Amino acid sequence: MTAVEAHNLRKVFGELVAVDNVSFTVEEGEIFGFLGPNGAGKTTTINMLTTLIKPTAGSARVWGYDIVDEPEKVREVIGLSPQELTVDDELTGYENMMLHAALYHVPRDEARRRVKEILELLELERFANKKVESYSGGMKKRLEIGCSLIHYPKVLFLDEPTLGLDVQTRAAIWNYIRTLVREKGVTIFMTTHYMDEADNLCDRIAIIDYGRVKAIDTPSRLKSSIGGDLVELEVSEVNGPIGEKLRTLPGVVDVVLDNERAVVKVVRGEEVLPAMISVLIREGVSVRRVEMKKPSLEEVFLSLTGRKLRDENGVKEEIARRTIAIRRARA
Amino acid sequence: MIARASEVSAIASREIKKWYRSPILLFMTTIQPLLWMSLYGKAFNLTGMFRIPEDILKQLPPESTARFAAIMNEILSRFFGASDIDFFSYIAVGMMGVILLFTSMSSGMSIAWDRRLGVLNKLLVAPISRSSIILGKVISAIIRGVTQSLLVMLIGLALGMRLRVSGLVELLIAVLALALLGASLSSLIISVTIRLKSWEHHIAVSNLLTLPLMFTSSALYPVTLMPEWLRTVAAINPLTHGIEVLREVLLLGASFNSQAMLWHLSILTIFASVATLLGIYLSNIALRKM
Ligand SMILES: Nc1ncnc2c1ncn2[C@@H]1O[C@H](COP(=O)(O)OP(=O)(O)O)[C@@H](O)[C@H]1O
Ligand SMILES: [Mg+2]
Repeated sequence: MTAVEAHNLRKVFGELVAVDNVSFTVEEGEIFGFLGPNGAGKTTTINMLTTLIKPTAGSARVWGYDIVDEPEKVREVIGLSPQELTVDDELTGYENMMLHAALYHVPRDEARRRVKEILELLELERFANKKVESYSGGMKKRLEIGCSLIHYPKVLFLDEPTLGLDVQTRAAIWNYIRTLVREKGVTIFMTTHYMDEADNLCDRIAIIDYGRVKAIDTPSRLKSSIGGDLVELEVSEVNGPIGEKLRTLPGVVDVVLDNERAVVKVVRGEEVLPAMISVLIREGVSVRRVEMKKPSLEEVFLSLTGRKLRDENGVKEEIARRTIAIRRARA
Repeated sequence: MIARASEVSAIASREIKKWYRSPILLFMTTIQPLLWMSLYGKAFNLTGMFRIPEDILKQLPPESTARFAAIMNEILSRFFGASDIDFFSYIAVGMMGVILLFTSMSSGMSIAWDRRLGVLNKLLVAPISRSSIILGKVISAIIRGVTQSLLVMLIGLALGMRLRVSGLVELLIAVLALALLGASLSSLIISVTIRLKSWEHHIAVSNLLTLPLMFTSSALYPVTLMPEWLRTVAAINPLTHGIEVLREVLLLGASFNSQAMLWHLSILTIFASVATLLGIYLSNIALRKM
């Protein structure tokens, strides 16, 4: 079954084309990711797919239901964990979950059972009766995800699920998401601007920039589309013949030499590396240091858009600033 | 129908839980009516001006004293409903109505907060009726408002307010009037502010509404003392009708004017129904446009 199907989805805000004729499909049971920098149009796409805003043009179906013609049907089968935290600080984790259960018409007894089950799955059961204001950022995010699971949605939308969290917490959230897919069979549509997140978590990703989809594929195929690994060798001397010899090895795409360094672009570097070193030794060149770089999605993004994905510090600061602004306003 | 009711009660009970767990919120919305009541109600003794001080009374012959007293009492009854009413009690009942302005305002604000914090989006992706969101807010505004109004009454009693309620039915009518007033004011504020995107605008507009609504009502002085144009405004202000019902049933004992009371109660009922429907209608449009 196709979980999500988008055809030329488009959203225009005034002059700004936020989402520009985007098409893709997400299969049942998949973790599908939208990877792109801030302002790329990820949240706008989620907002259209979750019936919060109407597309300017194009169409999409979620679990077979049209997002414009059958929004009520769509709402029954989806869950959303938005970019910002929406769990209520002044209520307990349990109360937050029960509120969502009521909003999704889950009968009370059944809801109690599900809340217990989901809190256990997300390892929050010990904190169920504590007010959410005492939770850490990672716990709040887990609870947020938990709330969006209470009605056992078919498709779960996660907008930047680890935004602003530290490295360990992010890895933990990834594990929870994997568990969800394994144990509950939910299909996940998620967005992220973290390369490592898309790489580690997603079965397939769409790279999106300025509202356009640049490529859709598995992370490993996207990376191999770059054309190989980079092997960097520090050697005692560099002379003409070693370049020629290296080029003749199977899998080598390109060799760049400078003073005491050879950079070799090669498909399946780990297999060719021993051969490269024996060539060098036969030529009487000693190797001081070897480094092999697998191409990351960073290189993929660079080659597709000509730009680097913005660094994540800026985003963290932005979030910290916003949080402070909100606290001040509330006080 | 049952599904709708459970949606509304889920949304309302969230508000109510947040409210009773946050004493600050309760305090902030109660403090202003209390200040009005204790400062204005105690210091500015409007009804006292119509009473003749003892030393002046002694200088007059007894027949004149009686005539004077009758005239003054007649003036008091016309303006305040009864001749032996004290101004503090009169204002205290006014403030039982005014506090609903403040609690309704803060319920309106909660929509702005929900929007700001993304909670509104969570409600909008749930398979619930859009109307349930607004109804939930209105119901919670009513529960909060009625409770806090009764709290103001208790504080008023402690400060010397004199209640004269002739029976349980009259007390229930007072609660009904408070509930209708809560529905009217919260729906009115939601109708005006639902389209505002930022909470700063929300605060500004709400503040702009409060004082005019209070001063064009009979909260602080009788409608009969107002100039003609102000009377017209007061007559379409739900606060006037709510407070007048309260004064009839809470201050005048068995001698209240049931016809006047029913008149104000009917207008209030119409106002509450129209305002609630308008609130639902306007917010359905606004929420769909997002
Ligand atoms: N409601 C809106 N009105 C006007 N512009 C918007 C609105 N929502 C988003 N945008 C703009 O659309 C672009 C895409 O935004 P968004 O989808 O939030 O990006 P992302 O989630 O990828 O960071 C941004 O330039 C943003 O400023
Ligand atoms: Mg976003």
